[in-house]
Amino acid sequence: MNPTLSIFYFLSFLTVLSALMVVFSRSPIHSVLYLILTFFCLTGHYILLNAQFLAAVNIIVYAGAIMVLFLFVIMFLNMKKEDEEAKTNLTKIAAMIVAGTLFVILFGAYRKSIIGAYNPYEYNSQVGMVESLGAVLFRDYLLPFELASVLFLIAMTGAVMLGRREVGERHF
Amino acid sequence: MEPSMLQMPAIPEIIQLIPLKNYLILSTALFVIGIIGVLTRRNAIVIFMSIELMLNAANLLLIAFSSYKSDPAGQVFVFFIMAVAAAEVAVGLAIIVMIYRNTRTTDVGFLNKLKW
Repeated sequence: MNPTLSIFYFLSFLTVLSALMVVFSRSPIHSVLYLILTFFCLTGHYILLNAQFLAAVNIIVYAGAIMVLFLFVIMFLNMKKEDEEAKTNLTKIAAMIVAGTLFVILFGAYRKSIIGAYNPYEYNSQVGMVESLGAVLFRDYLLPFELASVLFLIAMTGAVMLGRREVGERHF
Repeated sequence: MEPSMLQMPAIPEIIQLIPLKNYLILSTALFVIGIIGVLTRRNAIVIFMSIELMLNAANLLLIAFSSYKSDPAGQVFVFFIMAVAAAEVAVGLAIIVMIYRNTRTTDVGFLNKLKW
């Protein structure tokens, strides 16, 4: 079997398996660790798809910043042992039926749909590199890029405001 | 232009070998797993992580389409999705910490005042 094919199937298998473990593991700490594994597998997919810039950003932003934030909050809240009584079985069965139906419907739609193949004559393998993405980002998407900075400022202010202690709040 | 640029450009092996539908199925599977997590778990932080899974399923699909069609706009969109996700996580975790400080739990079944 071709090595690229084996890498693709192995990564896909690992991605789905660790995503399932995120949902079904009991302890939130294990969920976060499996989520980090999922993100690393997705980074592998991005590298296979020749999107080097986004692979690096995925490691730095998701696996680096966001997951550290999650881990920090879980350890801060001291939720190591999880005594969550399960939702009723009815809810679980209903959720499984909803999710399974959605998957089957989408899968059926994909089977019937025709997706155009790539065009080998106009293919540009440099699309995912920093140079090409930077040119597009700062030429066509300059306004959204600047608005993202405003969004970050608002999010930072909001997080600080939410984290502040109020006067009439109960203290533990 | 250099003479080597005039030849057929190098196409990644994965694009020649794997049909785009495999990526569609993979990202649908990830999205459905995220939905199962949101619907079955009670811990607010795990629900939040399932939402991150769904966001990443959308990211994977956008990158796959953008790479197969060799169009950089899709990858720029993924970049913006990552920026918005980072802002969302900061605010959402602040809300969860605030809920925990007031109720000593992150169980979403506990916060049912707005249910009906």
